[in-house]
Amino acid sequence: MADEFDIAVVGGGLVGAALAWGASGAGRRVALLDEGDLALRAARANFALVWVQGKGLGLPDYAAWTARSAAAWPDLAAALGGETGIDVRYGRPGGLHLALSEAELERRAAWLGRLHNQSPPYTVRMLDRAETARLLPAIGPDVVGASFCPDDGHCDSLRLFRALHAGFQRRGGRYRADSAVDGIRHAGGEFRLATKRGEIRAAKLVLAAGLGNARLAPMVGLAAPVRPQRGHILVTERVAPFLAHPLATLRQTGEGSVMIGDSQEEAGFDTGVDTGVAAAIAARAVRAFPLLARANVVRSWAALRVMTGDGFPIYEQSAACPGAFLATCHSGVTLAAAHATVLAPQIAAGALAPELGVFSARRFDVPAAA
Amino acid sequence: MFRRRPEAAPTLAIRVDGVAVPARAGESVAAAMLAAGLLRFRDAPAGGAPRGPYCMMGACFDCLVTIDGVGNRQACLETVREGMAVETQSGPRALAR
Repeated sequence: MADEFDIAVVGGGLVGAALAWGASGAGRRVALLDEGDLALRAARANFALVWVQGKGLGLPDYAAWTARSAAAWPDLAAALGGETGIDVRYGRPGGLHLALSEAELERRAAWLGRLHNQSPPYTVRMLDRAETARLLPAIGPDVVGASFCPDDGHCDSLRLFRALHAGFQRRGGRYRADSAVDGIRHAGGEFRLATKRGEIRAAKLVLAAGLGNARLAPMVGLAAPVRPQRGHILVTERVAPFLAHPLATLRQTGEGSVMIGDSQEEAGFDTGVDTGVAAAIAARAVRAFPLLARANVVRSWAALRVMTGDGFPIYEQSAACPGAFLATCHSGVTLAAAHATVLAPQIAAGALAPELGVFSARRFDVPAAA
Repeated sequence: MFRRRPEAAPTLAIRVDGVAVPARAGESVAAAMLAAGLLRFRDAPAGGAPRGPYCMMGACFDCLVTIDGVGNRQACLETVREGMAVETQSGPRALAR
């Protein structure tokens, strides 16, 4: 029967696509249900960084999970290229976080000290201005230094998105557009999903619907306390290569476009562009690289990150509805490799590994210490 | 491909890659170049394919040229001026200039 599946993944963004691709093959019938072009879709505005620097301060397991995914990224890129012919343009040249004042540099160094106390599974070191200029000759006079992590990289996230979807379908997966899930029933050991295009039945269910998980999770006895956090992106015209390393807030794509981003705003579900925010991130980009003052911005937009209270992912299986899983995070690119090659096989096998228990949403139930 | 109407006779000249190209006051750089038979405005940064004006109204960004030393100007939106120095482009704009 066409509408019966072994696994139904709800959410066709980067998280859902990585899980669906990773869970498909080996004869499994997998469906990927996508809301459609009007979905809020954090994947519209991700920054394409495969980033480990700074991840996991306060939760060493998240640092380890991130580092594990980054380490698996070369194989992910190779596998997607081999299966789909799509080069996701992954590279790991090492990434920087620039400091534009002595105060910023001190804050960054203090932060690094706290991170070192946690013995993260990656290396970050502080660079002075001369060392920074050797890696990034185009920096402006305001740049006083940087933190540098050789494990940071980036990719072309549009190609990644396309490759995951193409690979999923080549493995026999069924992609369904315009299939927002209105209701979920769990009965007789299977899940019945109501969509306007008909009912989908599946033995296992994966909720990877980003902000939509907040609505869907309670239908299967789970909780997904996520909120939108807006981020702006500015994209310039294509210009000759001048930036050999990605920054947390700025990167140059393979075609030469410069992406400027990383604003963090609490604006509810408003995806509108705030010109004040756009101007602020543009001004900071010009201080970092004065030659950008001559570049024309050709596109700007805003989208919503999927944020939990502590910023860390939620991975959980339902006790009330065995076979239902929840996956949500705001680092869908970095974590794509872990999602596809570690998490997806666990879901397909029917149980999350104990090591992922720390990512349960139950952590939000504990009253905060005074 | 294009011919000037009799009432649109050139009134000034711009230079395109160092060569004088007749133009009429008020028209766009793209119009003057097309009227002179110049169709290849640039080579695309991705892939290197030859490109020229497509929309003539500022939307497609295919007519990019360097004007008076500033790269990636939209030739269809720039009005000609006597002595204007236009260069066709190859690859991405260098921000250093």
